[in-house]
Amino acid sequence: MESTNNLEKFQTIIDADTKIEPKDWMPEDYRKHLIRQISQHAHSEVIGMQPEGNWITRAPSLRAKLILLAKIQDEAGHGLYLYSACETLGISREELIDQLHTGKAKYSSIFNYPAVTWADIGAIGWLVDGAAIVNQISLQRTSYGPYSRAMIRICKEESFHQRQGYEIMGKLALGTPEQKEMAQDALNRWWWPSLMMFGPHDSDSPHSGKAMTWRIKRESNDVLRQRFIDKTVQQAEVIGLKIPDDKLKWNEAKGVYEHGEINWEEFNQVINGNGPLNKIRLANHISAHENGAWVREAANAYAAKQKKEVLVA
Amino acid sequence: MSTKDSQGQLWEVFIQANPGIPHKHAGSVHATDKEMALQNARDLYTRRSEGTSIWVVLSAAIVASAPEDSGMLFDPSNDKPYRHPTFYVMPEGAKNI
Repeated sequence: MESTNNLEKFQTIIDADTKIEPKDWMPEDYRKHLIRQISQHAHSEVIGMQPEGNWITRAPSLRAKLILLAKIQDEAGHGLYLYSACETLGISREELIDQLHTGKAKYSSIFNYPAVTWADIGAIGWLVDGAAIVNQISLQRTSYGPYSRAMIRICKEESFHQRQGYEIMGKLALGTPEQKEMAQDALNRWWWPSLMMFGPHDSDSPHSGKAMTWRIKRESNDVLRQRFIDKTVQQAEVIGLKIPDDKLKWNEAKGVYEHGEINWEEFNQVINGNGPLNKIRLANHISAHENGAWVREAANAYAAKQKKEVLVA
Repeated sequence: MSTKDSQGQLWEVFIQANPGIPHKHAGSVHATDKEMALQNARDLYTRRSEGTSIWVVLSAAIVASAPEDSGMLFDPSNDKPYRHPTFYVMPEGAKNI
């Protein structure tokens, strides 16, 4: 029963910018919204390991391979921080994984695009992680304590990800004409999907209203997207690459870049399962989970045996 | 326990960032036994020299206060000002007290 009294008290805590903690009273919709958002975020970190994992054995140098391994390990860690935060809301890890496998829970649609060249690893770090950082910095101030703490930890680790990606792009852009072309091609393919990562325009965003009132989200999709564009355009110029948007133009009066229209039809197609790799990404996750069953079984048997030995002793 | 339903138990992780300071809650991990919990905590929370010591504690073993009791438990005790040093009147001229 959600009495007005509880709701009012809850909103007072939110408005005072005090965090909500797991055992505090919260409206059911707040809990549901958080579970959806945090689990989607966690799944994205984990599925996001796939396009990069694809390049571990083909990294062009030992240095590049070590960096890529460390980055992917971080992504796994970020997934785990977020799963833990989500579990404080009363949902189990098992249920979360199940929701991913049945399609009830989503992950960021960006990871349904393929990483076809080494430059894609650069573009993913620079653009995809770059967009994620803009979002995550804002989410450090989210109203739910465990989510906020996970975000703070993630942001600390994430900036190396973006820098390593930008370094790859910069090196390729300064290389042979073929290498520069490879970098430009990766930017061309990842630019628009990166902008889509921020979600629909504010006017079409179905979950935004309450999320802002409850301070789960602190800034709107369009505000965050604009911040990402404004940062990134200059970075592209420095390494001599061109953002693939003919309508991109500096608006002196507003102090922001104007940009061309995003292809929302493509966005919806990918979200609804028709992206280039939706089926493969999910199938990989399911098979990794199923193939790991014997490990979990063995670990549980070992734990049970240890307990028994303690009892006998 | 069925295989499908086997993500291990939940453990809370506490990390001491430097010698001499208290262990601080860092987050949680899943593990089926205490060695695995410690190993997972190391891998997950101390990849960038974040700590010099780790504690892992079964989440189920933690007893926590309830938010609805916080009024009773954490009343500021403003009626007991004598718990603070500023309550006491020191004689004029007394030094280092």
